[in-house]
Amino acid sequence: MHVHKYERWWMTFGIVMLLVFLATIGFAAFADNMNPPSGLQAIDPTKVAQIPPFDHPGLRRLPDGTYEAYYVAEVFAFNPQTLTVPVGKKITFYVTSPDVVHGFFIPKTDINMMAVPGWVNSDSHVFTSKGTYLLICHEYCGIGHQNMFAKIVVR
Amino acid sequence: MILRENRVVIAHIYTATAAIVVGAFFGALQGLSRATVFNAPAWFDYYRILTMHGVLMALVFTTFFITGLALFVTYRSIPRERNTTLGWAGYWVMLAGVLMAAVEILAGNATVLYTFYAPLKASPWFYVGAAIFIIGTWVIAAEIFGNILWFRKNNPGMPVPLPAFTAGATFLMWWIATLGVVGEMYLLIPWAFGWTHGVNVMLTRMLFWYFGHPLVYFWIMGAYICWYNIVPKFYNGNLFSDGLTRLTFIMLLLLSTPVGIHHEFMEPGISATWKMLHTITTYGVAIPSFITAFAIFASFELAARRLGKRGFWQTVQSLPWKNPAFCGPAYGMLLFILGGFGGLVNASYSMDSLVHNTIWIVGHFHVTVGGPVALTFLGIAYWMIPKLTGRALWKPAWALWQTRLWFIGMLLMSFSMHIAGLMGAPRRTAEISYFGSAPNEWAAYNATAAAGGLVLLTSIVIFACVAVGTLLANKKGEDMTVEFAQPLEGSERAPAMLQALFRWGLVALVAAALAYAGPLLEMLHNPGFPAPGMRTW
Ligand code: HEM
Ligand SMILES: [Cu+2]
Ligand SMILES: [Cu+2]
Repeated sequence: MHVHKYERWWMTFGIVMLLVFLATIGFAAFADNMNPPSGLQAIDPTKVAQIPPFDHPGLRRLPDGTYEAYYVAEVFAFNPQTLTVPVGKKITFYVTSPDVVHGFFIPKTDINMMAVPGWVNSDSHVFTSKGTYLLICHEYCGIGHQNMFAKIVVR
Repeated sequence: MILRENRVVIAHIYTATAAIVVGAFFGALQGLSRATVFNAPAWFDYYRILTMHGVLMALVFTTFFITGLALFVTYRSIPRERNTTLGWAGYWVMLAGVLMAAVEILAGNATVLYTFYAPLKASPWFYVGAAIFIIGTWVIAAEIFGNILWFRKNNPGMPVPLPAFTAGATFLMWWIATLGVVGEMYLLIPWAFGWTHGVNVMLTRMLFWYFGHPLVYFWIMGAYICWYNIVPKFYNGNLFSDGLTRLTFIMLLLLSTPVGIHHEFMEPGISATWKMLHTITTYGVAIPSFITAFAIFASFELAARRLGKRGFWQTVQSLPWKNPAFCGPAYGMLLFILGGFGGLVNASYSMDSLVHNTIWIVGHFHVTVGGPVALTFLGIAYWMIPKLTGRALWKPAWALWQTRLWFIGMLLMSFSMHIAGLMGAPRRTAEISYFGSAPNEWAAYNATAAAGGLVLLTSIVIFACVAVGTLLANKKGEDMTVEFAQPLEGSERAPAMLQALFRWGLVALVAAALAYAGPLLEMLHNPGFPAPGMRTW
């Protein structure tokens, strides 16, 4: 099939751009380990309130100086409702849901996950400035969805 | 004189029109609610409004328009004595499914949004209605495939006319994609009736997005059917290349399904490997997009040169900017450039965490499906309705303003949504003040988005007036013959490899199976726990 000369240039340009984009994403993923949250740990959604550590959600300090924050997202609130965390430290958030799908999103950061019943999702973040952050549910979960938010105080 | 085969197309197109008019009304209310100007009453809450908007726009308007359009281009490019039984049967089955689901939504028994994510548990009849609707579209697909097969049998060695070929590729893609929802319904319907006690949430989500991404390519292919076959006729232009057009549709057929996990980047239960695999396949769509962009601009330029025009501005000026049927698709193409940039961000695996489920995403799909697709369809309707009814368009000047207002409204609304989304404003939320805790800077963009919504509502009301006015004014005498864009004089026929539509359908099915084999095996191996589900509204 005859393909016009200019069109061949244009398609070559397109394919090169495609490879550049994929290389950039691949580099970020494999060299900088920038992967999306992909928790593979299962949990029985009907027993979340009994299973540690989700029976006592909140912040935990690990021996290596990093922190873990356990959250339960349920209709229509987060538990804990307010959490105080240290500035400049790596914090790994763990979230699950005992009922329907919720969102777990901290605007102005890259913490953005889905909380799916049956699963524990997780992602880490280092807050670099102090202040109060909003944590919101950004997946429709029912009639009170717009009221589902919590606060994270970074000190 | 209205031909029998036109009647069935008219039914599809006017049903689509009703859906977009009602849907736009709900859309405008959403904008006002998010800007805290309007507060939805308890007896028809925000999420019921949003479910209606999503279903009417994303499923009813688009699908009925595309079934009508595909039947139209197939019938007109393969002329023969035919009966329209299948076209009508498909129409009534689709309509029955929609009405069944709509009753449940309006009654408040299915406030689950158009994505019906389990374990939100709607009335079983909502899911049954959705399944019936899909089956109706399969009947339309059978009608289109049947006509293509008839042509092949009666014209051995001849290429299938391009309009029918593009319609066939679109419905092959649709058929492969909808297998996903039908699979999902197989899990959801018994669960909603209470016959099973839990549902694997991540499996239903994977099946949904197996369908959900091809759904957006279904819309785009509908727009491309118009851009390649119909729009060039408005400026006395040609099809730039028959072969590359077929290649574009085949590539969309192949690339539509093996990509759906890019909607699930932020979810547990799927490992990063599969998310990366689907990122790579997603980017493949750059190639048919580049071919299309080239074909459109090349076709513009060649037509302008025939008039002795040279250079960018003369070419632009030579286009028929007073013809609403041209302006709809043309403004839509402009919006699509914006949509393309946004899509690059969304598909970017790690960058998606900045925008996932924010109102940025809503801004993005309003400059893709709400812009290029919907505006192309509205414009093409101005051409199609006279070709179907033999009646002259009522108030073409209004129609022209309608396309301009839609363009302005979409720009205003989508731009505001993109910016607010980057600032972290969520989507799918009735009002986003969080009792005063929300950042102040969101408010201004919520307000401009709401204003854009009102411009859009005005625009669609004008569209409804012209569409219905054309029937009522009943000014006969319009020429009903249709000519589709032809390749340039002396250009060669597409190679046989690009003619083998159904064989490519088989390849697409295999590609989809391969792309999902890994994630599905992983899910069988580590299925998580089933969720019982509940009604939270
Ligand atoms: C009159 C024009 C329109 C207006 C004013 C409008 C407005 C809106 C608004 C404000 C939202 C966001 C609601 C939220 O996330 O809380 C929305 C969502 C949506 N719109 Fe539109 N829209 C219009 C036209 C369209 C068209 C033409 C389509 C598709 C063909 C469309 C498809 C959608 C979809 C699929 C959603 C997402 C629903 C969901 O999140 O469940 N809209 N629209
Ligand atoms: Cu929510
Ligand atoms: Cu997609």
